[in-house]
Amino acid sequence: MTPNDPPKPRPAAPTDQSAGAFLFPHKHLLGIEGLNPIEIEGLLDLADSYVEQNRRANKKKSVLKGLTVINLFFENSTRTRTSFELAAKRLGADVINMQADSSSIKKGETLLDTAITLNAMHPDILVVRHSESGAVKLLSEKVGGAVINAGDGQHEHPTQALLDALTIRRRKGRLGGLRVAICGDILHSRVARSNIHLLSTMGAELRVVAPPTLLPAAVEKLGVEVFHDMRKGLEGCDIVMMLRLQRERMESSYLPSVREFFHLYGLDTEKLAAAKPDALIMHPGPMNRGVEIDSAVADDIHRSVIQEQVEMGVAVRMACLDVLTRRLRAEDAGTEIRP
Amino acid sequence: MTAPIAIINARILDPERAYDGPGGVLAREGCIVAAGHHVTKDSVPSDAEVIDAQGRCLAPGLIDSRVFVGEPGAEHKETLATASQAAAAGGVTTIITMPNTNPPIDTVSLVEYVARRRGDDVLVRAVPMAAATKRLEGREMTEMGLLSAAGAVAFTDGRTAVADAAVMMKILKYGRMFDALLVQHAEERSLATGVMNAGEMATRLGLAGISVFAEVIQVERDVRLAEATGGRVHFADVTCAKALDVIRAAKARGLQVTAGTTPPHFALNELAVGDYRTFAKLSPPLRAEDDRRAVIDAIKDGTIDVIASGHDPQDVESKRLPFAQAAFGAAGLETLLPVSLELYHNGHLSLLDVIDRLTRRPARLFRLPGGTLNPGAPADLVLFDPDRAWRIVADEFRSKSKNSPFDGHPTQGRVLMTVLGGRIVHRA
Repeated sequence: MTPNDPPKPRPAAPTDQSAGAFLFPHKHLLGIEGLNPIEIEGLLDLADSYVEQNRRANKKKSVLKGLTVINLFFENSTRTRTSFELAAKRLGADVINMQADSSSIKKGETLLDTAITLNAMHPDILVVRHSESGAVKLLSEKVGGAVINAGDGQHEHPTQALLDALTIRRRKGRLGGLRVAICGDILHSRVARSNIHLLSTMGAELRVVAPPTLLPAAVEKLGVEVFHDMRKGLEGCDIVMMLRLQRERMESSYLPSVREFFHLYGLDTEKLAAAKPDALIMHPGPMNRGVEIDSAVADDIHRSVIQEQVEMGVAVRMACLDVLTRRLRAEDAGTEIRP
Repeated sequence: MTAPIAIINARILDPERAYDGPGGVLAREGCIVAAGHHVTKDSVPSDAEVIDAQGRCLAPGLIDSRVFVGEPGAEHKETLATASQAAAAGGVTTIITMPNTNPPIDTVSLVEYVARRRGDDVLVRAVPMAAATKRLEGREMTEMGLLSAAGAVAFTDGRTAVADAAVMMKILKYGRMFDALLVQHAEERSLATGVMNAGEMATRLGLAGISVFAEVIQVERDVRLAEATGGRVHFADVTCAKALDVIRAAKARGLQVTAGTTPPHFALNELAVGDYRTFAKLSPPLRAEDDRRAVIDAIKDGTIDVIASGHDPQDVESKRLPFAQAAFGAAGLETLLPVSLELYHNGHLSLLDVIDRLTRRPARLFRLPGGTLNPGAPADLVLFDPDRAWRIVADEFRSKSKNSPFDGHPTQGRVLMTVLGGRIVHRA
């Protein structure tokens, strides 16, 4: 099996008429915590079908025709914002991008004032990223449309966990029973939290590998096993998820140096040898080569699925935009949909 | 000249004499003349205004030893006048105010500004604590002698601990000349950079935690400084079992160490933060359930001496923010009595003991004349129904700020009347 030839079978690409097949029971997507396995599988199945569609020449559909999506990013992000923008456009929505540094936020407007102002323009979906945990939830309480959390502080980044899960499921055919190690700065990572919630809900065996200074309190209560020794932590793993390490962690004494971090926790060929021979290497990007991951490993086409994660990201976001507008679209069309 | 006032047919709660029984209180010229079972309809003077309590509880007015006000500097959050209205509605007749204002209460004129405000618009006694260090910066001690003489009943940097051990040691040594009480916020600052209790809940919410060790380390250090200097240290808000153990041991060794708590810390735990509820964002933070129970045990065994409201009014703009950016603090004057009465209703303390922690003990600790029904004491009284069930509605607070973690909370015990110096200042 080559990396570009994932296991079959694949579901057929969705048609516009299939929109009623899966009814997501939540108004917003604020986090993975609280979603059940059926909801997660439903999102992944739909995303899977969008992967097929995105590989065709004509990628555009009219599922969200006439709907408005606002990407509201209080924290800089090119990758996630672009992915959401592409997802919305491929579904035919009108998309507006708002970056905090170019808006009134800098002029002292509060988060809720911004929310209320934007709400008056009747967006159907707000995709929000904010540097504070809980900020997206706070904003969701003040708007009429659906809200997708595109990352809030150190809390959750649900679409990242979904795209990681889709990547894994397509390669391994399942999520349950896999041994997954999440490595690096767990303390500050919303990606780690969302992945922990999703993978534990789906029955994976979860490990976190990090120095004690980069682990949050009582993390084992989230259903993970803690390792400080990376070689032991990676033993027998099917999936190795690396996290980005922010440089400022050195200044605040979480770590002594990049060199020491790489020595202990940088993923290189030698440490990776502890994992299963067919273990997949994942990274949410952007990578710090030579900090948390060695280039030789990151670019290993047989092991690294980092580029594939980016591709899955668009499909997963299309699925999220799709399910969160189903009720609205059905109401608009005057049809009733049932779960 | 005011007419004598007599409240008769009451259930008297007088912790000073450990009396819980039928009787009345007679007051004249602002002071108590007589209190007890012998004060009856037939014994009071004919010119007295007589109030029939119909068997409700009559106790000394509450003395609240931790009240933040916005005056001067943040009058939009609370003025001394609005705080006093909230106090009167809550049965509190003395508020001991914190120096965390703008400018901070660190000079004689500012102490006098607070101490002399009682009058038409300030309904209760406002008694200031002064800053322990100039501008609350933790570096230079304030004029403790002059400030004491001007009416400061204690010294504190309020929201923050005096962090520098050498400064703290000198304050305690120097303060002994004035029998000064140093009130410490028990949190080691470099360890207290989070926004809620450290643990699983904070980890799930992605919020930075404050470990109980931030509190324990501060308490341990200050117990040693009290030992070294013979000074008096009061830990205003102790929230965890480990710190309470240290205080319990220090008391057993005879050190002049005391402790306080606030209703949220014995009535709620960290789960109240829930989905980023900023009204439950407190400093020190709401702790885990085991620690909440330890606080109740410490109130029972006397390790915790006093219950204060910790009243910290914050406007909507300071609270309707992402959790980490929101202000700490909860309004508490109007919920102090009912939430404290939960200790009685839940069988932890007798009614008399609950009142003791709210009246006699803070009066002794801060050397105030109230907290008793002895003849000659100020006629500061609260009449309340301990059993009346109601639901706390923050929007109905007299306080300018409505930031209560108890909003919507069903409770028992309602203030019916508050008397200050023989004058009725609140009637439900």
